[in-house]
Amino acid sequence: MTTRSWLLSDDPETRMQARLGQFYRLARALLRNPLAMIGLGIIVLLLLVAAFAPWLAPYSAVQGDLANRLQPPSAAHWMGTDELGRDILSRVIFGARITLMIVLLVAVVAAPLGLLIGTVAGYFGGWIDRILMGLTDIFLSLPRLIMALAFVAALGPGIENAVIAIAITAWPVYARIARAEVLTFRNAEFLDAVRVQGASSARIITLHVMPLCMSSTIVRVTLDMAGIILTAAGLGFLGLGAQPPLPEWGAMISRGRSFILDQWWVATMPGFAIVIVSLGFCLFGDGLRDILDPKQRARG
Amino acid sequence: MISVRNLSVSFAKTQVLHDVSFEVAKGESFALVGESGSGKSTILKALAGQLKSWQGDLDIMDAPQGAGSKRDLARKVQMVFQDPYGSLHPRRTIDDTLGEPLAIHGIPDRDRRVLDMLDAVGLSRRFRFRLPHQLSGGQRQRVAIARALMLDPPVLLLDEPTSALDVSVQAEILNLLKALREEKGLTFLLVTHDLPVVSFLCDRLAILRAGRIEETTDVADLRSGQLSSAYGQELFRRSVDG
Repeated sequence: MTTRSWLLSDDPETRMQARLGQFYRLARALLRNPLAMIGLGIIVLLLLVAAFAPWLAPYSAVQGDLANRLQPPSAAHWMGTDELGRDILSRVIFGARITLMIVLLVAVVAAPLGLLIGTVAGYFGGWIDRILMGLTDIFLSLPRLIMALAFVAALGPGIENAVIAIAITAWPVYARIARAEVLTFRNAEFLDAVRVQGASSARIITLHVMPLCMSSTIVRVTLDMAGIILTAAGLGFLGLGAQPPLPEWGAMISRGRSFILDQWWVATMPGFAIVIVSLGFCLFGDGLRDILDPKQRARG
Repeated sequence: MISVRNLSVSFAKTQVLHDVSFEVAKGESFALVGESGSGKSTILKALAGQLKSWQGDLDIMDAPQGAGSKRDLARKVQMVFQDPYGSLHPRRTIDDTLGEPLAIHGIPDRDRRVLDMLDAVGLSRRFRFRLPHQLSGGQRQRVAIARALMLDPPVLLLDEPTSALDVSVQAEILNLLKALREEKGLTFLLVTHDLPVVSFLCDRLAILRAGRIEETTDVADLRSGQLSSAYGQELFRRSVDG
């Protein structure tokens, strides 16, 4: 029996084989989607660049050579240099680390929080639902960037505070999605059945309700990554995110603004990085949505 | 085994059950017959602890239904639902579904118990790690019956267990239920609108109409067509005429 037929077997013999088989089916479906693969490629590239930044960057990201300031792209400086003579390519490469950190921290904080609030509200209904959703609506009704700005202004500028601010503004969307999803099956008999077995509400929510909301949350988080990167860049652009000399992409664009007419590359190169990474997350998110849709999932 | 006295249930301002009383002896199979909306499923929900408020006395195994914890009740009474397509979690394998009651009640020896139960309900062991969408309706209902029996409850509540299945599969499931009842000495409380099912599986029956019991009788009376109430006669005629 080949590995492939073992993975795709209709009659797995162990729990492990069943899980691996499901995972393999998802991976195969993803491989067949070229756009999602491009997105995944970009994300993997971002991960590699961030991991190997010190080896990949030709120059230091923070130390410049004032004699070489505002040089156009050339063989020595592929993306040119900025107003302090720092190599923009090296700064973009190190900036990948900051971007990745922001995106991951926001996802790790906001997604579980939103998922928990949404599933609890949807499962219990009644006044718990009204209170939690009222809170969610208040957060949703405020513009995201403005709210993040207000939080950063209150907490003080800096990357950690930018992450907290973005996370606080990102969770309501996940809560809404999770609640809407729970409402479609909260009266289903499979939940009655575990209730009759004596399961506690906490157990039902974490083990039976949440897994069904997981795929839509994952898809939404991936699609939101682009927005998170842009918000972080926006905060950086306004001088409220990463502080100099950190090579954050938004902050780099902001500094390049003064030279945009004569030295276009200073603002454009980090802009390219933002666009490409955002696009990568968007494409991958779209692909994930296609394969995680349960109606399409049965197709091997 | 089960004793229901003066059970009344209201949803919002509508009263759906009016002073319903009946007794089910140990090892007996009792049917609640009626059309949809007659309140028969509500009685099951009350017994299974799924209703928030009701009036009257419900005793299961000589103890009030609400006396112990929800887990105690779960060990006494389990339920098989009407729709096998909706009663199994779509993302959990059969193994997860059958193992869940054991996990909730902290019962060890999960692997052996799950395999034994698959054998008992006539499901091949190779289905163990399949997802529900890979099974047929009849196979799913076997899983639902297996799940209800995982905790070894003496009482099984059956909510139209065959009405969502094909006719040929219905017979299989009914035979399985009958065999399991004999083997494990179970007490059945069956809700249905299907009189042939009652005559095959049950000893006694109560006929419900608009939340009231019209008559309680022996299944022999049903077979010979000697139901005493006018409504019972009407149901019988409709069933014979098809």
